[in-house]
Amino acid sequence: MTQQQIVEQLRATFPDKLGTWIEMTNGSEYQRRIGSYLEIASPEIVKELCLYLRDAKELAFNSLLLISTLDNGDGSLSVVYHIESTTHAHRLALKVTLNSDHAIVPSVTGVWAHANWQEREAWDMMGIRFAGHPDHRRILLDEDYPGHPLRKDFKEPDFYHGMKVPN
Amino acid sequence: MSELLEGRTIKHSTLPTTTHVHAAEAVEPRRLHTEEMVLNMGPQHPSTHGVLRLEVVLDGEIVVDVIPHIGYLHRCFEKHAEMLTYPQIIPYVDRMDYIAAMSGEHGYVTAVERMMNIEVPEKVEYIRVLFAELQRIASHLIAIGTYGLDAGAFTPFLYCFRDREDILEMFEKTCGARFLYNYMWVGGLSHDLHPDVLSMCRTFILKSRKTHKEINDLLTMNHIFVERTGGVGVLDAQVAVNAGASGPMLRACGVKWDIRKNDPYSIYDRFDFDVAIGSNNIGQLGDAFNRHWVRMQEWEQSLNIIEQILEQYPAQDTTSVQSAIPKRLKPPAGEIYSRTETPRGELGYYIVSKDNVKPWRVKVRSPAFSNLSLLPLISRGYLVADLVVILGSIDIVLGEVDR
Repeated sequence: MTQQQIVEQLRATFPDKLGTWIEMTNGSEYQRRIGSYLEIASPEIVKELCLYLRDAKELAFNSLLLISTLDNGDGSLSVVYHIESTTHAHRLALKVTLNSDHAIVPSVTGVWAHANWQEREAWDMMGIRFAGHPDHRRILLDEDYPGHPLRKDFKEPDFYHGMKVPN
Repeated sequence: MSELLEGRTIKHSTLPTTTHVHAAEAVEPRRLHTEEMVLNMGPQHPSTHGVLRLEVVLDGEIVVDVIPHIGYLHRCFEKHAEMLTYPQIIPYVDRMDYIAAMSGEHGYVTAVERMMNIEVPEKVEYIRVLFAELQRIASHLIAIGTYGLDAGAFTPFLYCFRDREDILEMFEKTCGARFLYNYMWVGGLSHDLHPDVLSMCRTFILKSRKTHKEINDLLTMNHIFVERTGGVGVLDAQVAVNAGASGPMLRACGVKWDIRKNDPYSIYDRFDFDVAIGSNNIGQLGDAFNRHWVRMQEWEQSLNIIEQILEQYPAQDTTSVQSAIPKRLKPPAGEIYSRTETPRGELGYYIVSKDNVKPWRVKVRSPAFSNLSLLPLISRGYLVADLVVILGSIDIVLGEVDR
């Protein structure tokens, strides 16, 4: 299936819940395929949507490639899911945008086991909470580290555990 | 399956598999009391291949659970990348997967070139693929050699490092560095191929084929090694896909999935090679032995690719390797997820550009990170000694896990 067909099918199944399909304008067909994404208007349907994407026979998105996070610099954060079907050889990117003061999105660990560490990293680095995650801890930094470094407004602390942080 | 294996089938011993055997059951007839114990492996432990701490919950000698603690080598590459221009990021990319820095660079420059729509000269593509494949062999040599060490075989390790030296020498002649190259640039290369390298490659192929056979005789077909690794750390194919395994780890489960074939980049579509997968002939599909076996086969396939490159290489082409490098690197606004196959698996770069000389966001899909996350899944129910073998078979590089 082409990405347009997949998006059409999703729109029919989840009316009014999806946002716009952002297509890369420049470049070849291949570049458009790896550079376009679908926006999801309501974050609360993420898990339901992902389950549908995985289990619908003609879609069969059995593999989660990457969960990426993004600070848009305007008080909003995004979570981007890159997913792929190894059986049908098609892929798709989904983007959910959240308010940075209340960044919470349903966990997709139950859909793809790969999401476990990916979501822990997203929480660690960007401070996005994943509702229903089985092991919601930091992964790379210490549990008591102040703040989430990949946010654009992150300020490195002067002291950490009584030690001066070198500049 | 290679000729070496034809007609030969070694099954690991008929002892009951240790999976899901609880210590309590084993000692029940003797009415012994057992309880769980927590043991720390690492961060400084010879078999963890770097600074990794494993919190192991044990019942007797049987692993009940493993909790990996990572981050000891965390340098926040992604934050650094936001403060640097696109070419300045390349040296940082080297320091992620330091065992296969060339492959990491290849992934990064491919991603940026795809964003900017840059056509790279054919000669440059040939050199890149040649070096990426040499790097794959060098990385697999380390993986195979140290894996032998994990399983108690010391000699293959020395042979592997001896051969790897030849590859490093070729890199050194061409770009001056042995480990961290900063060789592949966006749109080109830092130096042209050294004139000696092609002939060195020819000698290397002959020598390497011989070593390949030697390692197979010494290690792969060694009964002790097969007993030690066969049927250990078995991973089911469906679980592997769902849990994000990639590279040899995924192919050992019998899934024929290789980015070089399934989503070709550079000029990989011009070469004829097989995607190595695991089998049931020795050990069990998806076990630690098959991960080693897939690496052995990939080594052979990489040699085949290099042979084809030597035949096709446009030696008369005098194009400068820097002719396609743009004066100013400023990708148009947009985002891209581009991936390549490194020795460890699928290395992906998600880059967001806001029409600036610095990227807005660079996110790495690290194959070692994703593969390591499967460790608890495949080591429950095995012995502590097996845990070392399972961890070695994943072939992690902590620089890439922690970034």
